[in-house]
Amino acid sequence: MTILAIYVAIFIGGFFAVKYITASTQPKDYTSLKTVTFGDESAVRPNRAASIISIVTIFLLWGSFTGSSLIPSFLHAPAAYTGLGEFNYTVDANGQTDDATVTVNVHETDGEAAVPEVEPGDGFAKNDSISIAKYRSKLLRVDANDEQGRDEGAKIVAVNGKAIEPGGEVIVDFARIAMTPKGTLNIVPKTGWQMQPLYLPPPEKVASRLVEISSTGFRNSTLWEHLGYSLFRVIVGFLIGAAVGIPLGYAMGLSNWFRGWFDPVVEFMRPVPPLALIPLVIIWAGIGEVGKIVLLFLAALWIMAIAARSGVSGVNITKVHAAYSLGASKWQIMRHVIIPNSLPEIFTGARVAMGVCWGTVVAAELVAAEKGAGMMIMVASKFQNTDIVLMGIILIGVIGFSIDVLMRWAERLLVPWKGRS
Amino acid sequence: MSGLTIENISMRFDLPNGGSVQALKDVTLDLKPGELMSVLGPSGCGKTTLLNIVAGFLAPTEGRIAMNGHTVHGPDAERGMVFQQGALFEWMSVRENVAFGPRMKGEREAQYGANVDHLLDVVGLQDFKEKAIYELSGGMQQRVALARCLANDPDVILMDEPLGALDALTREKMQSLVLKLWKETGKTIILITHSVEEALLLGERLLVMAPRPGRIHKEYRLPFADLGVDQDLREVKKHPDYNKTREEILAMIWDMEEEIMGRTEESA
Repeated sequence: MTILAIYVAIFIGGFFAVKYITASTQPKDYTSLKTVTFGDESAVRPNRAASIISIVTIFLLWGSFTGSSLIPSFLHAPAAYTGLGEFNYTVDANGQTDDATVTVNVHETDGEAAVPEVEPGDGFAKNDSISIAKYRSKLLRVDANDEQGRDEGAKIVAVNGKAIEPGGEVIVDFARIAMTPKGTLNIVPKTGWQMQPLYLPPPEKVASRLVEISSTGFRNSTLWEHLGYSLFRVIVGFLIGAAVGIPLGYAMGLSNWFRGWFDPVVEFMRPVPPLALIPLVIIWAGIGEVGKIVLLFLAALWIMAIAARSGVSGVNITKVHAAYSLGASKWQIMRHVIIPNSLPEIFTGARVAMGVCWGTVVAAELVAAEKGAGMMIMVASKFQNTDIVLMGIILIGVIGFSIDVLMRWAERLLVPWKGRS
Repeated sequence: MSGLTIENISMRFDLPNGGSVQALKDVTLDLKPGELMSVLGPSGCGKTTLLNIVAGFLAPTEGRIAMNGHTVHGPDAERGMVFQQGALFEWMSVRENVAFGPRMKGEREAQYGANVDHLLDVVGLQDFKEKAIYELSGGMQQRVALARCLANDPDVILMDEPLGALDALTREKMQSLVLKLWKETGKTIILITHSVEEALLLGERLLVMAPRPGRIHKEYRLPFADLGVDQDLREVKKHPDYNKTREEILAMIWDMEEEIMGRTEESA
C-alpha cells in the first residue's frame, strides 16, 4: 500500500515537475494546447521524460525497499531492527513487586546467534537475555529464572511501566511485546518496511548473481548455454512451423478442397493454448530437444497457417484482375502478386508466433528440462535463490523484447509497403 | 473483322435469397479500332459489369464478346484495364510496375527498357521511376497505371472510372493526358465515368445506359474529344453544343434517377 502510494506520488509529482521545466521551452501552438489534437490517437506520443522517470522510479523503489547499497541510505525505507534492545518487566508476586531487565540481541539472519551475557540483578525477578534472528520472533518465559515465577503465583503486570495482561501487548522502542494467554512474553522485533531478501533481493545482489552465473555457470551449464538452448528451440521450432504453416495457409487460401479439409483442424487447434499440449508432448516425445521442438512447431504452425491464409484471402481482387489483363499466367500471379501481397500478414503472424514460442519454451522448461532459461529459474526457486529467479525473469524479458524489436526491424526492411496501400 | 464486338450481352446475378438481378439486358455494340467511347449512366446501370465482361473477368449469361474476330473467353493482354485505384503493386517500384506486362511475357530489359522509359517520359514520371508506389500522390499513381497498361501494348484499353478518385485540378490534367495518349497510340478505349463533363470531353462516342435492367439508352457522336486533342479543355467547354448536350444528358440521367427513387419509395 505504502509502495503504491509512493509510486503514485512520484507519477503525479514527476508530471508536474516535467511540465513546469518544459513549459518555458515549448511553443504555445495548437499541439501543446491539445485543443485540436485531443482525441487524435496519432497525436499521442510517449513522453520520454516520463519513460525515464518511470524506470528510475522502479529501481529506486526496488532499492529503497530492499536496503540496496546502490542508493544513499537516507532513501532507504525503515529497515528491520538489528542489534541490542532492552526492556524491563514488572512482576507482582502476592503483593510484592520487582523489576527485571530483558536484553534482546536481534542478529542478521545468517550471523552468529550470541546470547548476551547479563547479570542476574537483585530482587526476586532476575534479568534475562535472548537472541532473535532478524524478521523472526521468539517466546520468552522471563519468569523461568525468577525466584517467584508463574508456578508460585507471580504474574507479570507491566512492561516498561505499561500495564500488560494475558492477550495484551506493549510496544517498546525496538519491538512489540505480546503476552500469551498463559503469561509468556512473545518478543517481536520491528521488521521495518524493507522486504526480506528471500522475497526480494536488492538489485546489486541480482547483478552480482548475473556476473557470477555468467562466469561460473549454473547446474553444469553456462548462462549462455541455458539461454542459447531456449533460443535455439524457439528458432528451430518456429522455422519448421513456418515452413509447414505458410504453404498450408497458401493452399487453404487458394483451394476449396484444402480449405475444407484443414479448416476444422486449424480452427480447432488455434484456440488450444500450446501450454495445454505440454503434457501430451512429454508423453509422446519426452523432455528432450525433440519434445520441445515439436511443441514449438505446433505453437507456430497454426498461427503461421492462419496468417498466410488471410494474406492470400486479403489480396485486393483488382490487383489479380490487373495482373490477368496484363497477361500474367496463374503461376506468375502467384509468384508476383499473391505471395508479395501476403508478406505483411505473414510478418505480423511471425511476430505473434515468435512471442508465443518464446513464452511456450519458457513454460515447457519450467515443467521439465535439462537446460534452458525456464529450467534455471525453476531450479533456483526450489532452492529459494530468489536473486537467480529475478535475474532469469529479467533476461527472459530482455530476450523476448529483443526478438520483437528484431522482427519489427526486419519487417520495415523487407515489407516497407505494409499498411500503406 | 477487326475491333471489338459486343453481341447481345445479358447478365443475371443470382442472389443469396433465391432471386436474381438482371444487371445487363441485350447490350449490343461495335467498336472500330481507334475509337474512344465513354459510358455514362446512373449507379446500378451495369456499366462496370459490362466492362468486366469485356475484360473477361466475368462470363456473360448470354451473348458473346468478339475481339478481332475471335470470341473472348477470359482476360488477355490484348484488352488492358485501368482501375479506379488499388490495382498497382506496392512491392514494386514505379518502373517495375510499368514493366510488369512485358516481364510476364518473358521479355528482357533490353527488349522493353526503352519503351518503358519512353512511357514514363510521356506520363511525366521519369524522375519518380525508382520510387515506391506508396510515395506517390493519387494522380501520379493513376499515371503509373496508364503507363503500365500502355507498356503492354493492348488493342483495347478499358478504363473503369480511372479519374474518379482524383481532385478536380489533377483530373483535368489527366483528361488531357488521356486524350493525348489516345491520339498518339491510336488505341481503342472504353472509358466508364460518372461525370457527365468527363464523358463529354473524353467520348468520341458517348453511351448513356439506363438501369434495371442495364441497357443502352442512347448513343451520341460528339466532336469534343477531337477538339480536346489540340485545344485546352476549358476552351472546348465553351463550344456552343457542349452546354446543350450536357444539359440534355443531365436531364436524362436525372429522370432515370427519379424513376429509381420513385420505384424504391413505392416498394417501401
